[in-house]
Amino acid sequence: MSETPVRPAGAPEVNRIGLAKAEYDGARTTLCPGCGHNAITGGIIQAAWEAGLEPHRVAKLSGIGCSSKTPAYFLGHSHGFNAVHGRMPSIATGVHAANRDLILIGVSGDGDTASIGLGQFCHLVRRNVPVVYIVENNGVYGLTKGQFSATADVGSTQKTGKRNELMPIDLCALAIELGCGFVARSFSGDQRQLRPLLKAAFAHPGTAVLDVISPCVTFADHEGSTKSYAHVKEHDEPLHDIEYVPYFEDITIEYEPGTTREVAMPDGSLLYLKKLGEEYDPTDRDQALDVLRGARDEGKLVTGLLYVDPKDVAFEEQMKLVPEPLASLPLERVRPPREALAEIMEQLRTGRGVVAAAGGG
Amino acid sequence: VRSVVNDFSIQVATVNGSGSQTANTVLLRAIFQMGIPVSGKNLFPSNIAGLPTWFTIRASKEGWIARRRETDVLVVMNPETAAEDVAQIGPGGVIVLNDQIKIPPVPDDRVVYSVPMAKLMESITKDVKLRKLVVNMIYVGVLGELLGIPDAEIEKALDAQLGRKPKALELNRAAVAAGRAHVRESLPKRDPYRLEPLGLNEGKILIDGNTAGALGAMFGGVTVVTWYPITPSSSLVESLIGYLERYRRDPDTGRATFAVIQAEDEIAAIGMVLGAGWAGARSMTATSGPGISLMAEFAGYGYYAEIPAVIWDIQRAGPSTGLPTRTAQGDLQFVHSLSHGDTRHPVLLPASVRDCYEFGIAAFDLAERLQQPVFVLSDLDLGMNNWMTDPFPHPEKPWDRGKVLDETALKALPRFERYRDVDGDGIPYRTLPGVRDPKGAYFTRGSGHDEAARYTEKSADYRRVLDRIAHKWETARSLVPAPVVEGEPGAEVGIIAYGSSHWAVIEARAGLAAQGLKTGYLQLRALPFAPSVKAFVEAHRRVYVVEQNRDGQMGDLVRLESPEHAARVRKVLHYDGLPIDARSVMDDILRQEAGTAVPVAQGAAR
Repeated sequence: MSETPVRPAGAPEVNRIGLAKAEYDGARTTLCPGCGHNAITGGIIQAAWEAGLEPHRVAKLSGIGCSSKTPAYFLGHSHGFNAVHGRMPSIATGVHAANRDLILIGVSGDGDTASIGLGQFCHLVRRNVPVVYIVENNGVYGLTKGQFSATADVGSTQKTGKRNELMPIDLCALAIELGCGFVARSFSGDQRQLRPLLKAAFAHPGTAVLDVISPCVTFADHEGSTKSYAHVKEHDEPLHDIEYVPYFEDITIEYEPGTTREVAMPDGSLLYLKKLGEEYDPTDRDQALDVLRGARDEGKLVTGLLYVDPKDVAFEEQMKLVPEPLASLPLERVRPPREALAEIMEQLRTGRGVVAAAGGG
Repeated sequence: VRSVVNDFSIQVATVNGSGSQTANTVLLRAIFQMGIPVSGKNLFPSNIAGLPTWFTIRASKEGWIARRRETDVLVVMNPETAAEDVAQIGPGGVIVLNDQIKIPPVPDDRVVYSVPMAKLMESITKDVKLRKLVVNMIYVGVLGELLGIPDAEIEKALDAQLGRKPKALELNRAAVAAGRAHVRESLPKRDPYRLEPLGLNEGKILIDGNTAGALGAMFGGVTVVTWYPITPSSSLVESLIGYLERYRRDPDTGRATFAVIQAEDEIAAIGMVLGAGWAGARSMTATSGPGISLMAEFAGYGYYAEIPAVIWDIQRAGPSTGLPTRTAQGDLQFVHSLSHGDTRHPVLLPASVRDCYEFGIAAFDLAERLQQPVFVLSDLDLGMNNWMTDPFPHPEKPWDRGKVLDETALKALPRFERYRDVDGDGIPYRTLPGVRDPKGAYFTRGSGHDEAARYTEKSADYRRVLDRIAHKWETARSLVPAPVVEGEPGAEVGIIAYGSSHWAVIEARAGLAAQGLKTGYLQLRALPFAPSVKAFVEAHRRVYVVEQNRDGQMGDLVRLESPEHAARVRKVLHYDGLPIDARSVMDDILRQEAGTAVPVAQGAAR
């Protein structure tokens, strides 16, 4: 196992819990040099450090694919779970049910989420399991060498020139339709936007979906690909400039009235969304869907905080769980006493007052 | 006139959804209360209403509770199946007929009691819908009077069922009384079947295996339950929800010490179980064959990444959708090696409702001790039918959470490697997410990994981990429930069985013994096999493996366990979807014995 890294001499900058940024590093990446995913990994490390996440409270989860390898490359002091293809959401649901104290970071790809794992993704969102669900979206299957994924745009081409004719699945629009309370789209090349979004996602009580366009330098960075660096940079239209002020920092931001929208997260942290063009209200679900539809029709990539509902009710509240992690409950709290069994046996002896199977049967 | 007391079977042929369940339960309970050993089996269609269904009740003073192949007393309530139902009644049999149903002529040596059920209902209620539901109580009254079930017992059983609904109780009571009165006034007894109080059921309970499994889970301390509804496993989770709601909410806050999640499919169900098991919860799911098929990939993940999980398979007849409401033991080999690559899972094989309860608890201890998915293989007959048993004891042992390093233990160690065999038993130590000491963090993956849980594609690393997991399998042999062996000195013939086949086998053994064929018996209770399995095969010249599938799946495993004696192992198979019965087992063994070159020595010695 890795040992606690020694803090570099002369670099004492620590976060609010006294940890240097190096404590949030992971193993070295094995992805292609220049891969967008590596930039996202860097963003996660930076955001987790700035937010002061306790590494031992984080569980990193993923499915299968290039993106799903990345949890090994950040937060080396956190437990990780690299699941089977497309099924990370069910793992996340189980982990959260067992230990609601954990902060879950899920990393998936467009194949992992929009194809094989589409069903589980939908149901994760529907249950509102608190996971920061990051889709590293490049429109292709990288590990199997460049096949189209279900998020590839109509008209986008493979290296061979083959054109995609099928409609893409817009994971953000889908998440909003399913009632997700935090939906953002970003670009791996825009760290100024990605980091505050990640930090806000960490503070969100339910599922937070971040669809991050992350160009594949090997199979989708050519002309004709709508997810190449050049194409994304050219078509990226941020909805707003984002600043995030965590609850533990003083507010120093000043802004002209009418230029900036403020979103308060449940923990007291604040998001400042500075208007860039059109007025955009991220708490308006209809507007979010309109903007996404319009962007698709015009071939634009709209990025930013698409939709947020800070009053989201998290999974553990729907389930009315005890405050402690279920996994940590002692035997006496999970094994009913002798008298309870005696009562049940008496019901079964007499046929009287038998506990009915819930839900019929 | 010969008299048959406390040893016959009743079958009620009716229509699904017609409300006969209350009537049948009252009959079963009344006989149970008389102290007569009794069993009830519901043979029902995959349908909500309209298709034929049969309920069989067997009373046996000897205590045999397997299904009886023959029906002695038939109640005809379903016009669709009446001709077929009546045709299977042999000489001396009794037919209680709803007089509105036409049946073909019946030979004189069968007794037919024709009852004007609709007419009797006329005076009881004017509500046509109610008449249809309550008419079933007429046959309860008729049988009560004909067979000698005291009124007090029916009254008690009826009150237990409907005591909280006074109006329904009164109606049903009236129907029972009308049935009785009609027999007394118009139907002199012409048959030999009688029930007499026996006093053998003192303190006993009636329970189905799914409810027993649910109780095992609750008293085993389950905290995360996931499921996708599928017959015949749904009632296990539904019972569990009922009990958890009553007994596992914090008395002060009303908050739950459990999470039950209805998943989107069985893949998600097992995924959630693995996630929860990885995070340290006692987690389980219950399913049946089609769900098991979907769980295959994750089952292999749990095996290779070494994550505790408990999976109940309440087997139904396959392949494919098969017969969803009929029983079988056809999932054995598939479950045993569920997933691609070299994968093997411990499988617990409950035979009784008591086993369902105890294995329901033990499965968690085993899964956490062995750090792998443990399957509990029940079936529809065991799971959904009512069985008599002694009350279950409260668990005496605390729980075994297995090798989990907590904060203190971790701190004391110079280093931690997730997949290192420190103790030589093939079982490594694990940590749970949330542990503060950074040494404890590790990366769980289904891809190749070394002892330190690092990704590897190196041949030697891969093999070492795979071989260590095989070594863990050897450790499992002594941890799973051991077979129960009943030796019979001098017996050439041995019988091996498991699960719900047990009850037919013990009855068949008594029958065989009465005919002069002594048999040894090994009741398997789990996979992997204990050494006693091989010893049992070696000790008998012919070994009959009795099971409820077409291919003799357990027989194959027994042959592999003892290849030098493989030729001794024979198959006795029952796979028509109905619960196995003793007569079929006996007949098959006798037929095969008659065909062997060696004469039946025991028979000759008599």
